[in-house]
Amino acid sequence: MSVAEQTLAGAGERSPGFMDSSVGRKVVMAITGIVLWGFVTVHMLGNLTAYMGAEAMNHYAEFLHTMIHGMGIWVFRAVLLTAVLLHIWAATSLTLSNHAARPVGYRKQQRQSATWASRSMRWTGVLLGIFIVFHLLHLTFGTVHPDFIKGDAYHNFVTGFQVPWVSAFYIVAQLCLGLHMWHGVWSFTQTLGWAHPRYNALRRNFATVLTVLVVGVNISYPIAVLTGIIH
Amino acid sequence: MEKHLNLTLQVWRQKDAMSEGEFVEYQAKHISTEMSFLEMLDVVNEEIIRKGEDPIAFDHDCREGICGMCSMVINGRPHGPKERTTTCQLHMRSFDDGDTITIEPWRAKPFPVIRDLIVDRGAFDRIIASGGFISVPTGAPQDANALPVSKQNSDLAMDAAACIGCGACVAACPNASAMLFLSAKVSHLGYLPQGQPERYGRVRNMVSQMDAEAFGTCTNHGECEAACPKGITLETIARMNRDYIKASLTYRPEIASGGAG
Amino acid sequence: MELNSRIPDGPIEKSWDKHRFDLKLVNPANKRKYKILVVGSGLAGASAAATLAELGYEVECFAYQDSPRRAHSIAAQGGINAAKNYQNDGDSIYRLFYDTVKGGDFRAREANVYRLAQVSVNIIDQCVAQGVPFAREYGGMLDNRSFGGAQVSRTFYARGQTGQQLLLGAYQALERQIGLGKVKMFNRHEMQELIVVDGVAKGIVVRDMVTGKVSSHVADAVCLATGGYGNVFFLSTNAKGCNATAAWRAYKKGAAFANPCYTQIHPTCIPVTGDHQSKLTLMSESLRNDGRIWVPKKKEDCGKPASQIPEEDRDYYLERKYPSFGNLAPRDVSSRAAKQVCDEGRGIGSTGRGVYLDFSAAIERLGAKKIEEKYGNLFEMYERITDDNPYKTPMRIYPASHYTMGGLWVDYNLMSTIPGLFVLGEANFSDHGANRLGASALMQGLADGYFVIPYTIGGYLAGVKPGTRISADDPAVKAAEQAVEARTNRLVGIGGKQTPTHFHRELGKVMWEYCGMGRNEAGLKKALEIIPQIREEFWKDVRIPGSGQELNQSLEMAGRVADFLEVGELMCLDALERRESCGGHFREEWQTEEGEAKRDDENFCHVAAWEHKGEGAKPVRHVEPLKFDNVHLATRSYK
Ligand SMILES: Cc1cc2nc3c(=O)[nH]c(=O)nc-3n(C[C@H](O)[C@H](O)[C@H](O)COP(=O)(O)OP(=O)(O)OC[C@H]3O[C@@H](n4cnc5c(N)ncnc54)[C@H](O)[C@@H]3O)c2cc1C
Ligand code: HEM
Ligand code: HEM
Ligand code: SF4
Ligand code: F3S
Ligand code: FES
Repeated sequence: MSVAEQTLAGAGERSPGFMDSSVGRKVVMAITGIVLWGFVTVHMLGNLTAYMGAEAMNHYAEFLHTMIHGMGIWVFRAVLLTAVLLHIWAATSLTLSNHAARPVGYRKQQRQSATWASRSMRWTGVLLGIFIVFHLLHLTFGTVHPDFIKGDAYHNFVTGFQVPWVSAFYIVAQLCLGLHMWHGVWSFTQTLGWAHPRYNALRRNFATVLTVLVVGVNISYPIAVLTGIIH
Repeated sequence: MEKHLNLTLQVWRQKDAMSEGEFVEYQAKHISTEMSFLEMLDVVNEEIIRKGEDPIAFDHDCREGICGMCSMVINGRPHGPKERTTTCQLHMRSFDDGDTITIEPWRAKPFPVIRDLIVDRGAFDRIIASGGFISVPTGAPQDANALPVSKQNSDLAMDAAACIGCGACVAACPNASAMLFLSAKVSHLGYLPQGQPERYGRVRNMVSQMDAEAFGTCTNHGECEAACPKGITLETIARMNRDYIKASLTYRPEIASGGAG
Repeated sequence: MELNSRIPDGPIEKSWDKHRFDLKLVNPANKRKYKILVVGSGLAGASAAATLAELGYEVECFAYQDSPRRAHSIAAQGGINAAKNYQNDGDSIYRLFYDTVKGGDFRAREANVYRLAQVSVNIIDQCVAQGVPFAREYGGMLDNRSFGGAQVSRTFYARGQTGQQLLLGAYQALERQIGLGKVKMFNRHEMQELIVVDGVAKGIVVRDMVTGKVSSHVADAVCLATGGYGNVFFLSTNAKGCNATAAWRAYKKGAAFANPCYTQIHPTCIPVTGDHQSKLTLMSESLRNDGRIWVPKKKEDCGKPASQIPEEDRDYYLERKYPSFGNLAPRDVSSRAAKQVCDEGRGIGSTGRGVYLDFSAAIERLGAKKIEEKYGNLFEMYERITDDNPYKTPMRIYPASHYTMGGLWVDYNLMSTIPGLFVLGEANFSDHGANRLGASALMQGLADGYFVIPYTIGGYLAGVKPGTRISADDPAVKAAEQAVEARTNRLVGIGGKQTPTHFHRELGKVMWEYCGMGRNEAGLKKALEIIPQIREEFWKDVRIPGSGQELNQSLEMAGRVADFLEVGELMCLDALERRESCGGHFREEWQTEEGEAKRDDENFCHVAAWEHKGEGAKPVRHVEPLKFDNVHLATRSYK
């Protein structure tokens, strides 16, 4: 068939599946992104207990593990795990379709509006995935921790960050988190359709403030340990 | 004031959809700054024809920025360096003497190259055919003033309706996504009362067709907005996402209408 | 050749209703057995194709662009007329009818124009229902403006993009039918031949512009909606691809070509800058509401910047000559006046072919802000093209070819002299007489497509037995295909030295010089000598690289130029024979002492329709007399 002859290719099998559609998968990514973003923010706030000393932090950790008769944490873990898996699934499948949509690239390209952050989402995402695995092995299971004491979160925290390359890795990961979140937070408002000229500047500012706050505080932990502010 | 330029062009040449393409270099001599970009190519083509070679094929028609036919990536930007300007309205005064200009076709899987700088944008028509309309057969509809439309909504609808279907948004998008084009039509019809009855079915059908055509998805890079010669904004994409979510949440399979006999 | 206009008799107000009733109907169950080809997807073609498919006919639609949405209609800026009388300023169907007949300088058919005014009302309703975002007022009602010298506000508009929005409405209706499988769309297909069997139109031959494949389509009726032939001037406001090929092929197969000399020159276009120029850009006529048009009084001042020419040395020639209409004098009048001052050597700009359109007085009176509100986007467009800032220096404008009132002759049913061949939109000659009013072309295109052809084609098809289409291997089909291929091979085989554009440009210069704004016997005779020479040169020396079996833009161009080289000759012939001035046709020998057009109703109150008599033979001029029972013949005056 000649390319000029117009037919309705693919219209017959038009599928109504939300999760199959590009916008649907994008919405999945946005909603799971919000869950992850919410978690990271709360987690950052919770970890502030480290500045209040061993007792406060361990107390907080214990609270987390015992709330709702110890059920809470499992519900919470299930939600988080589902979110991460769905998020990774959506990200992977969308990235694959996006790659396929431009089989031949340009010789020259001048970007106007895409940012470093938006261009690197999939890489910062992958790095975050690696970080999460490492982080769990490090501070939750202690597998890669040099001196892990189950139940003593504060101790694990301090001794963990006293290893310089570990701290360095955490810092790099937080910078990735920053890039990912800065675009991500603005992006999910767009994906979910929360756009209006009156609030558009606000959306950007919201993402920036939040990112700086989360990343700033998170980076302060390894630095505080390394410099001996927390010991 | 009129000046003259000597330029080097690096142009993508490709015989047809099946052939491999390559960049070929041409010299464009004594080009007046008063020329449009397409007139510059006309001049180069006249030279090429006189030499007995195949001229550079490119799409164009109205040459005044409204038909959406012209389509080339100039130095890495769809429609070239000037904002809100189609290739046919880009003038050579935007370039300097001695410049090298790279000219490439739109690049996207659903826009196969037919020849040189010409691509097939039939996918856009098929997206419109899947739902980008109001189903109102010719006949005797109610009086045009029977349905008031607020000036604001009418203006917003017009803003979105200004899309010329050129495809620069797809060409610019790092994911080759057609979301800006789609959302322009969804918003145009969605802002008007006449568009309401089919509002949610329309967006579902159009998105499905877009996916079937193998366009990429939007990850909110915003390149499309920057490239769009008609100033279609990202807000339309957000608006369409919202409609799509609502459409999916409230979708119910069609019930066969009874009452025969 | 018989020119039976089939105008219904009886009072004009009733004639369309009565006619519709008299037309035979096609049995609904039979509709799908008829196939109709629609060539063109502009306002006329797209609206017709969509509507005919809605009625149940099998439709195939063809266009040379890559999408029906890109037809030339998309470029119309100003607006569309309709006798809605929403502004309560005394408009009515009768007044629109009257204005159009008068504006056409009494060279249009009354009955057609009356019908046009009648259906204009339905067009607006239909378009609004489709979602065309016409401008609104704060109360939510439709806004109107006055346009082109009309004394009432009856023009509906969508910013400066009315044609675009109307076309998108029709395009979307068409795409809907394509999606439903009711219309088969052939983009990038150029019609190159009409298939006629026993004097009846039975199909067309098209060339797939991507692969070069030549193929035929047979049908029960053919509709041409292929637009005007204004590109015969090379430089015009038309899109580059606009061509006369489809209409010209039909002419050669026996369709009469009416009033080819009626062309409209638009007064406000951006002037030519040099030989590289490929087309001219229209600046909306609305600018004349506030801009003042002038040239220097003295030739010596022409080279100076406008700011250095003192007020007393400026000649506001329109205000001087036409004190009551001033800068708003109709298109043909203002165009000629501009040419005249430039001929006197008082034109401005590098080519001496331009006049100033000056907003300084309006800016002083209303403030730059107000002017920006009104014309901001036009000023921006002007600056983009010329790099001049019209807030500071006056705009430069010059007339350019814009619209062709002439076209294939059609009867009241829009059928040409070939039964089964219908012609719609700018391609026919029907409604505008010798001059078209602003905002009336869009109206006519949509009237033809949405509201006329769907009825009248039924009347024709009711007399055609279903299932009597010729077969695809009918000898007539093969012969037409061979003719197309032979022509392509001939063009490709010439192997000369010049590009097709070169010949087009040469033709354009001759047409503009001798058959443009002013025409006279000596000039037209001269043109009739030169054009055949250019044509001969063309067929000897044109060079088309590549072959016919591929996407070949030089070949497309050459085919169109070859036809323009013949159209131009017929235009000059028609202009020569019409020994009067009327509307867009200004014969310098027929003017009043003040230089106004002088009609000769005694001898020329008729349509001239030309019949092709074979290659090389002189075409024959037929006449359809015009009767004016409702609007009385009067001299146009804009003093
Ligand atoms: C700059 C400009 C501004 C204008 N502004 C106004 C205005 O404000 N108001 C107004 O009323 N009028 C205006 N007009 C006039 C008006 O736009 C046109 O007269 C009208 O749109 C013509 O419509 P159409 O459908 O007859 O043809 P077109 O829109 O020209 O469509 C022609 C169709 O035929 C197809 N075609 C042509 N040749 C072939 C072929 N050989 N084979 C296959 N397909 C072919 C083309 O692909 C196209 O689809 C303006 C014109 C111009 C140039
Ligand atoms: C586990 C590994 C992760 C991967 C592989 C990943 C990957 C991606 C990708 C590819 C995108 C799409 C880019 C875009 O839309 O612009 C994305 C979006 C997003 N991600 Fe992640 N991400 C991961 C983890 C996280 C984490 C931990 C957070 C929480 C801070 C997060 C929050 C977001 C948000 C909010 C979005 C935006 C969604 C939208 O645009 O609607 N992601 N992610
Ligand atoms: C430098 C910053 C961070 C510090 C100091 C930190 C610290 C901690 C500590 C101490 C725990 C163990 C709690 C416990 O088991 O009692 C923990 C658990 C966890 N952290 Fe972090 N964290 C940081 C950043 C992050 C980031 C950026 C993410 C996600 C992207 C993350 C995800 C998690 C998860 C998923 C758990 C396991 C929760 C569970 O037990 O289910 N952390 N973190
Ligand atoms: S949205 Fe803009 S860039 Fe995309 S097709 Fe429409 S006009 Fe072109
Ligand atoms: S550039 Fe592409 S990613 Fe979305 S915002 Fe525009 S479609
Ligand atoms: S040629 Fe029509 S938009 Fe450029």
